[in-house]
Amino acid sequence: MAARAVIADDGHMADQADAAGCWDAAAGQQAASASRSAGSWQGSGGYESSARTADRAGRGQRTSRLESLGIRVSRGPASGRPLRRQVEGRLIGGVAAGIADRTGFDVSLIRAALVVLALITSGFCAAAYVVAWLLIPAQGADVSIGTRALGDRRGIGLAAALTSALVAGLVIASALQASWVSSLAFPAIVCAAGLVLIFRNAPEDEREYLRELADPVARGRGASRSRRLLRVGIAIVLLVLGLVALLSGHQNAAALLRPLAGVLLLIGGIALAFGPWWLRAARAAVDERQARIRAEERAEMATRVHDSVLQTLALIQRRSGDPQQVTKLARAQERELREWLFDGRAPGSMDGQAATVADGVRLIQQDVEAQHGISVDAVTVGDCNLDEELTALLAAAREATVNAAKWSGAPVVSLFAEVEPEAVSLFVRDRGRGFDPDAVPDDRKGLAESVRARVARRGGAVTIRSAPGAGTEVSLVMPRLAADRMPRRP
Amino acid sequence: MSALGAASGTAATLAGGGRPRVFLVDDHGMFRSGVRSELSGEVDIVGEAADVNPAISEISQCLPDVVLLDVHLPGGGGQDVVAAVKAQHPEVKFLALSASDAPEDVIAVIRAGARGYVTKTISAAELVDAIRRVGAGDAVFSPRLAGFVLDAFAAVPGIDVNRASFDPELDQLTAREREVLRLIARGYTYREVARELFISVKTVESHVSSVLRKLQLSSRHQLTRWAAERRLT
Repeated sequence: MAARAVIADDGHMADQADAAGCWDAAAGQQAASASRSAGSWQGSGGYESSARTADRAGRGQRTSRLESLGIRVSRGPASGRPLRRQVEGRLIGGVAAGIADRTGFDVSLIRAALVVLALITSGFCAAAYVVAWLLIPAQGADVSIGTRALGDRRGIGLAAALTSALVAGLVIASALQASWVSSLAFPAIVCAAGLVLIFRNAPEDEREYLRELADPVARGRGASRSRRLLRVGIAIVLLVLGLVALLSGHQNAAALLRPLAGVLLLIGGIALAFGPWWLRAARAAVDERQARIRAEERAEMATRVHDSVLQTLALIQRRSGDPQQVTKLARAQERELREWLFDGRAPGSMDGQAATVADGVRLIQQDVEAQHGISVDAVTVGDCNLDEELTALLAAAREATVNAAKWSGAPVVSLFAEVEPEAVSLFVRDRGRGFDPDAVPDDRKGLAESVRARVARRGGAVTIRSAPGAGTEVSLVMPRLAADRMPRRP
Repeated sequence: MSALGAASGTAATLAGGGRPRVFLVDDHGMFRSGVRSELSGEVDIVGEAADVNPAISEISQCLPDVVLLDVHLPGGGGQDVVAAVKAQHPEVKFLALSASDAPEDVIAVIRAGARGYVTKTISAAELVDAIRRVGAGDAVFSPRLAGFVLDAFAAVPGIDVNRASFDPELDQLTAREREVLRLIARGYTYREVARELFISVKTVESHVSSVLRKLQLSSRHQLTRWAAERRLT
């Protein structure tokens, strides 16, 4: 948390030199913790003095830096309002911003003071921050997060599980006589348990903000490249530090093995003793999450069914006197529902853009049925992605289908598409009145020619077969460049 | 059920020109009564059932000529009914009838032994015709089923032919069969297919029956893998 605050102060800094200074401060922090590790938990004189020195150096640096930036350290007017967390100007929980608002000091100053305090008190101030976060209500809220957390039994269980895990780690640490670890014990436990409760019980907007804050660490997938790099970078630093800490006390690696084996045995024993309980707490959290997801899904489904099926049923009831309308509505609804159930496409989510031949055929079917009140019996074999040529082929097929719907007088138009490695073929067939291709009126000939020309321009071919009384069949074929376009489903 | 008594007298076979005895299996009562009223003049409805187990026991009792079978049933798929009845009474014919387009379910029912598949949007006259065909031992392919089968059998020679268990007799459609299926998928009737290919309707029927046999007997991975892939896409 301390590191966060320091980095965030970076935001106020203008140039490279200051950014470097910021890293100096971080280095100072490391020096401080290193010096603490040299001292014992009870606090020998050496520890006290070395920490103070390091801290004084850090503070001196900081004040001078702040002044060089022109940040005024003087106190502004205090608000006089009760202490509230300022959600607006927050960096983490808004506690510092709240104190600044209450006292009138500059928020950066408060933050710097908090960071320094956290370093001096070896983390107790950080724990105090988390407790304040829990107990101080946010600006405009009635109750604090802590009050809400009292009712969150799962959250308390989870916090308890985490606490026990940390205690186990500390027992191991003290067994290894790493007293500097146990010096951080209390603050670490308070912070961890407090943060669990905060995250589970914070209002949605605060939680969203926290999620964003934790993003580079928590979400590996889908995160941007720089964030992934940041995460990996932090991991490498931690690994190196861990290795250095492990190896620094020992001359040869073999001497490490015995304590390591001891650690493993301890971890194994503790896991056996507390494992089931931890697992249960974790599983309860997962179950709860799943139940919430299910409830959301059910709500979404109810909305969709209402928007589509129930609306259509209402329409059908009102138009029960018009069988053609009713059939049209029922067919459209049936298709939409079926798409949703079997293809995972939500009703109304079709954006009119097809990505594959099968999608395109489905779109043609849907549109022509909706606009012309006839049935389109569509069958697709195989599938592949659309390119420029195939899009043109589908557009021509759509025109042919619309043409059949308008002129043939047949109640059903068959649409068959086949994707083969060498070619994509589409057949539009009706059993309507048909015509004599040699004696077509000019307006219809124009349409047929436009279909034919559109496909021919891209290297395909269109054949129209028709006879009066025997219906019409338009076949459209587009060759594929076999090498680079394999069928999606062979 | 009232038709049961009347039907028992008509034990006539279809070859004798009698009306086919039909059993309905569908979980929607509305749909059953709709079909019943549409078909009542043309066929004898000898019984109906709404679920897998009652369907199996009642069909085994009244032994209809043709069972009109919904692909989706609450207690399992229609294929369970086909498999159970076929094991005891291979002479009972099944015609799958479905509003669902999920191809893997349709193929499963066909592979279990159904002689055909039509969609519920079929007209009454076409349905009667399909029932008669199935009753006479023919296969009934709707355009949609033809499309599914073409899709399932789409040739990938590089993979299949080199497989040890590859059986060209069963695992491949002949060029002619593919032609017939393509025309059916394009919306041609058997008669139109015959005219188009300059063959007799009988030959078309034998091609379709042979496709059906391959569909039911082929052990090729392709069919199962295809069905699995369809589920994912």
